[in-house]
Amino acid sequence: MSAVKPLSYSEAAQQGLANPCLQRSLRSLQARYGQGALDVWRQLPDPTLRSRVKARRMQTLEHLDRVLEQLTDNIRARGGQVFFAATAEEANGYVLNVARKHGVERVVKGKSMLSAEIGIDAVLAADGIEVVETDLGEFIVQIAGSTASHIIAPCIHMDRQQIGRLFADRLDIPYSDDPPTLTRAARKALRQKLLTADMGLTGCNLACAETGQITLVSNEGNIRMATTLPKLHVALMGMERIAATLDDQRELLQLLTQGAALQKLSTYVSFVGGPSRAGDPDGPEEFHLVIIDNGRSRILADSEFREVLACIRCGACLNICPVYGRIGGHAYGSPYSGPIGAVVTPLLAGINLHADLCKGETLCGACRDVCPVENDLPRMLAALRHKLAYGDPDWQVRPHNRFEALGFKLWGRIVGSRFLYETLFRIIRALQRPFIGPEGRVGRRLPGLGRGWTEGRDLPPLAATSFKERWRKIHSKNRVDNAGKGARAGQHGE
Amino acid sequence: MPKRATITLFIQCLVDTLYPEVGDALVRVFDRLGMALAYPEGQTCCGQPAFNSGYRREAAAIARRFIELFEAAEVIVCPSGSCVAMVRHHYPELFQDDPAMQARAVAIGKRTFEFTQYLVDVLGITDLGAVFPATVTYHDSCHLARILGIRHQPRQLLGQVRGLQLVEMDNADTCCGFGGTFSVNYPEISLALADEKIVQIERSGADTVVGCDVSCLMQIRGRMARQKKTIRVLHIAQVLAAGEKR
Repeated sequence: MSAVKPLSYSEAAQQGLANPCLQRSLRSLQARYGQGALDVWRQLPDPTLRSRVKARRMQTLEHLDRVLEQLTDNIRARGGQVFFAATAEEANGYVLNVARKHGVERVVKGKSMLSAEIGIDAVLAADGIEVVETDLGEFIVQIAGSTASHIIAPCIHMDRQQIGRLFADRLDIPYSDDPPTLTRAARKALRQKLLTADMGLTGCNLACAETGQITLVSNEGNIRMATTLPKLHVALMGMERIAATLDDQRELLQLLTQGAALQKLSTYVSFVGGPSRAGDPDGPEEFHLVIIDNGRSRILADSEFREVLACIRCGACLNICPVYGRIGGHAYGSPYSGPIGAVVTPLLAGINLHADLCKGETLCGACRDVCPVENDLPRMLAALRHKLAYGDPDWQVRPHNRFEALGFKLWGRIVGSRFLYETLFRIIRALQRPFIGPEGRVGRRLPGLGRGWTEGRDLPPLAATSFKERWRKIHSKNRVDNAGKGARAGQHGE
Repeated sequence: MPKRATITLFIQCLVDTLYPEVGDALVRVFDRLGMALAYPEGQTCCGQPAFNSGYRREAAAIARRFIELFEAAEVIVCPSGSCVAMVRHHYPELFQDDPAMQARAVAIGKRTFEFTQYLVDVLGITDLGAVFPATVTYHDSCHLARILGIRHQPRQLLGQVRGLQLVEMDNADTCCGFGGTFSVNYPEISLALADEKIVQIERSGADTVVGCDVSCLMQIRGRMARQKKTIRVLHIAQVLAAGEKR
């Protein structure tokens, strides 16, 4: 991953908006998958599935220590190794040690958002180890020197012409923008890497405590190769990515593949439970599971945000969010983009640092409707804004904007009194005259507070008479015959 | 005819100060139905801007004021989905640590209705005798559709208007990009969402776009005006109030 100075949310959003290729790709992605997932949920044979699975998921999170222990015991009993990493550094240190111990020169990766969260690639590369992404999208993004802009579709910001030029340049093939030709070229390059790698490094979609297995879903077969061909397999697992029982896991995996790609089942579902053994020769010589906290315990401990740990990273919320659909994933400055990124990135990496992610959504609620586990992301965005408003020592949050806080304090006073409210509007009414254009609107850019609105939109002027004045002068006069009580209440109101 | 409740109007700040004609239309519709109306003159805002921006102390103070002002009302009707969603769903959240106040918030929420919801779901009226010759497309505002679940009511009402042809746009329930303070804090993103909405409105072939929240309509109208587009933008009350009295 290149160390480019990060753009602000607004700056990166503007870049996304100005990128016609991204706009085209996001439009077709959202038209198909966002609406598609909603249709899938509407047609579920069991309409209670999502809420039932969510309830089980929350129950499992309540007993996370117990299920993680069970998972660990089961994996160790089969000869696998389990390491609990409190931080990204601990996780990276462990993986690096395993690699060094075995003299690893080449690592093949399965797609893993967590690997990007902890920044393992740079750590391994700094030790002279070659790291190769084997998911096609991640591979494209990696050789382009870019980052993923979608949880499931990492290179959604590129079109096949761009990928064709990239492959011609980096894979030394004649230019083609024919997807099968490009896929074959990537397969050829990757096959050689997969066959010669010393370590497979993957994520973990969902572990199962009962059986002591981790499960990985993919559509390309790369994960199966990365977990079985190299002599070492290291899996990175967010500590919340676990189901208590095989039944729970099955239902969650179904929701995952349907939410992600409208698939009842992905092309490959790999269950990995440990290294190869006598009588069970498939698999690596060593299997390591790194269970990573990196800020998740703090989320788990806060009932306001615990729900976000139910997320199974299907990306459905990205496929429906109108903001993500315009600005693209790079604006979020994090491996986790879209609505889920807007909630989880501040919680994991700092609420003040990512204040724009907390505030840069419309709270329209489309993500809540499409979420397979019914996560209420808008509620959590509002809760994050609440922390930013006043600060919160428990989360090391400082008040975000004293000017805004003062503004709302003042606003509270004004709308707390009809007299002050009317006085303010009387003042604005007097001051607005010079700004009103011939069409009766404010049609040009205003300075100061009005600028954000008037840069691209006309502003209606305050009406000459408020509704209250009209009620007094006109409407209340007509009340006497049919609403004596109401009219009196109106006329003698505050 | 059974005795019907007196309707207490909550005319939210944006209608009160920017679009009082929407309030007039509401009154006209209820007058036509012979409903008794009341209007507490102390009313201002529901507190939603503060709540959505995280300023819950300020929002709670406004909520308390609203509850005190409207507590005596039998039925409260408001021409906005998001203000009603604020009262019904967010007021109780604001008083989580004050059970007595929370109970009052829940009680008042149950008596607070969005305009079209009240007409269709409570009064059971879909034909108001309105006449409005136009090709209309309907924009689902987010909180109305997703929090209150009001989608068919406005369409049923529009479907009964004489001379009105209702045409659906694609993604009618995709956000217009207003989002309260979001619209001024992130204007580029907000405008991009508005432009997308406007594309869909134009593609529908409608000459008029109708919605139930003036905040969305201000966004759509403001953007279209800047782009010199001529499609009309109206609140549903203005359409339903149009035409001859039955």
